[in-house]
Amino acid sequence: MAAQMFAYILHKDGKADDSASELVSAARKIAPDAAPVAVVIGAGAGLDAVCAEAAGIYPQVWKFAHDALAYPNAELIRPLLQRVLPKGAVLLLPHTTFGMDVGPGLAVKLDAAYLPDVVGIDGLEGATLKVVRQEFSGQASTHLQADISGGAVISVRSGCFPPEETRSAGGQVADKSAEVGDLAARRRFVEVLQAEVGDVDITKEEVLVSIGRGFGDKENLPVAEELAQAMGAVVSCSRPIVDAKWLEKGRQVGTSGKTVKPKVYLALGISGSFQHMGGLKGNPFIVAVNKNPKAPIFQVANVGVVADVLEFVPELTKRVQEAK
Amino acid sequence: MEILVCVKRVPDSAENEIEVKADGSDIKREDLVYSVNEWDNYAVEEAIQIVDRVGGSVTVASIGSPEAEEVVRREMAMGANNGLLLTDPAFEGSDGRGIAAILAAAVRKGNYDLVLTGAQADDGAAQVGGMVAALLDWPYASLVNMIEVKEAGVLRIGREIEGGNQEINEIQMPCVLSIQTGINEPRYVGIRGIRKVAAVEIPVLKAADLGLGAAEVGRAGARVKRADYFVPPAGAGAEILQGSTDEITAKLVDLLKAKGGIK
Repeated sequence: MAAQMFAYILHKDGKADDSASELVSAARKIAPDAAPVAVVIGAGAGLDAVCAEAAGIYPQVWKFAHDALAYPNAELIRPLLQRVLPKGAVLLLPHTTFGMDVGPGLAVKLDAAYLPDVVGIDGLEGATLKVVRQEFSGQASTHLQADISGGAVISVRSGCFPPEETRSAGGQVADKSAEVGDLAARRRFVEVLQAEVGDVDITKEEVLVSIGRGFGDKENLPVAEELAQAMGAVVSCSRPIVDAKWLEKGRQVGTSGKTVKPKVYLALGISGSFQHMGGLKGNPFIVAVNKNPKAPIFQVANVGVVADVLEFVPELTKRVQEAK
Repeated sequence: MEILVCVKRVPDSAENEIEVKADGSDIKREDLVYSVNEWDNYAVEEAIQIVDRVGGSVTVASIGSPEAEEVVRREMAMGANNGLLLTDPAFEGSDGRGIAAILAAAVRKGNYDLVLTGAQADDGAAQVGGMVAALLDWPYASLVNMIEVKEAGVLRIGREIEGGNQEINEIQMPCVLSIQTGINEPRYVGIRGIRKVAAVEIPVLKAADLGLGAAEVGRAGARVKRADYFVPPAGAGAEILQGSTDEITAKLVDLLKAKGGIK
């Protein structure tokens, strides 16, 4: 294909994000011979380490350093990308809170197609790119087609494009900092407030009884607590439980909550969105209970029970108590 | 402050089992329960709370079929002052950019300081707010979970970022913000509230009213097209335990013991 491909490298504290090696895999699904350019934007001493890391994965790295870019403020980075990317460029971004901030507006400004939260890439036919997305909280998949001859911004879901075998790309770093130019934005980054640590640290627990929307009402919380107590476990939860203020933020498992590494994970009334599963690491034994047999959680669980949690869990608690 | 909130009527995916039609053209919609997109509902609540504090008015706009009126009315029952329906056959088949073009045109017709959308809707694209901002050339912030009105023309906002951390920014108005769930506790809407606004006239704007041509919106203007819906080939998936509740719980307790799940 004629269009040049680019990959936005997220980084923090002088280290490239895991998405750096996933984006190159995604680029090769678009064109097997793709030689995408890694775009590294930031400031400070750590930036060269990020560039060196990117050069191990990408044949070419563009470095843009400027003190004002020490924190990735999408409102500064979007106009910069708009300026430095060539016409018709195809840019791959990770579908993270940064990608969601910068991507949609960038596609408009570049007059390019926007393909958000892509989980699969079928390939390019002529100028038409065919990709896979999920809708309805992962309950249905869809193919999208877009003419990308005028360029594209593609945000890629984490974990969907496994990195290829490591082989050093021996890439060249081009310092393009002189092209940064004037940076001004009507949104100013102030600070990052760290999430509060709650009364229990669910990241250290081996057994989690995790609850979701299926519990329906706050009054039903004891149903989960009794099971957790019987098992010697701790109660964690998915996002809707925190949104509804039943449990504190420190109990939430997911990309916008805690990353946990239990041995055993009970997902009770949790649909299993990718944001939730993104917080579950270390390959635990997963038991899912959900009344919806289509819930995505059944795709990732080891064992499933199709049942209403409020009917099933008290029965399970009884059985656990008897077994002790 | 004049606030426009963009809302969408969606199948409630927490309440529905979504199934794909045999020919892949759509999901089976006949028996679905529809409601206002959850993120949008938080956005409306936030707008109402801001206006309660600093004055102004809240307008709720929705694009779509005549059924979209029911969600606009529901949000007006919550306390939004005005409704707006953006309805035209020419809008059908719009991609994200087309939807954003319709909303941006509606924003230009008004005199808004702040436009709110939900962070995402049923298609999980999380794209419309950012596109509206770009079309208007207004600043944008996504995944907003805190809004504080500062001195004239500036908002102090929090964005929910990875790990549940909060990124604090100051943003100049007019601006577009996409709202994350959990920012507030949306009020309950009762039947009485709905009845109160049942007779309120909701203006309808068509493509011509918004100055939109066929090349910008609808199927013709869509650069991104949905080819089909499908059910992905099932992976290994979970072993679904069958039998009576007694049999299932017995089996499960054995498994949990073996895996170290019962201490």
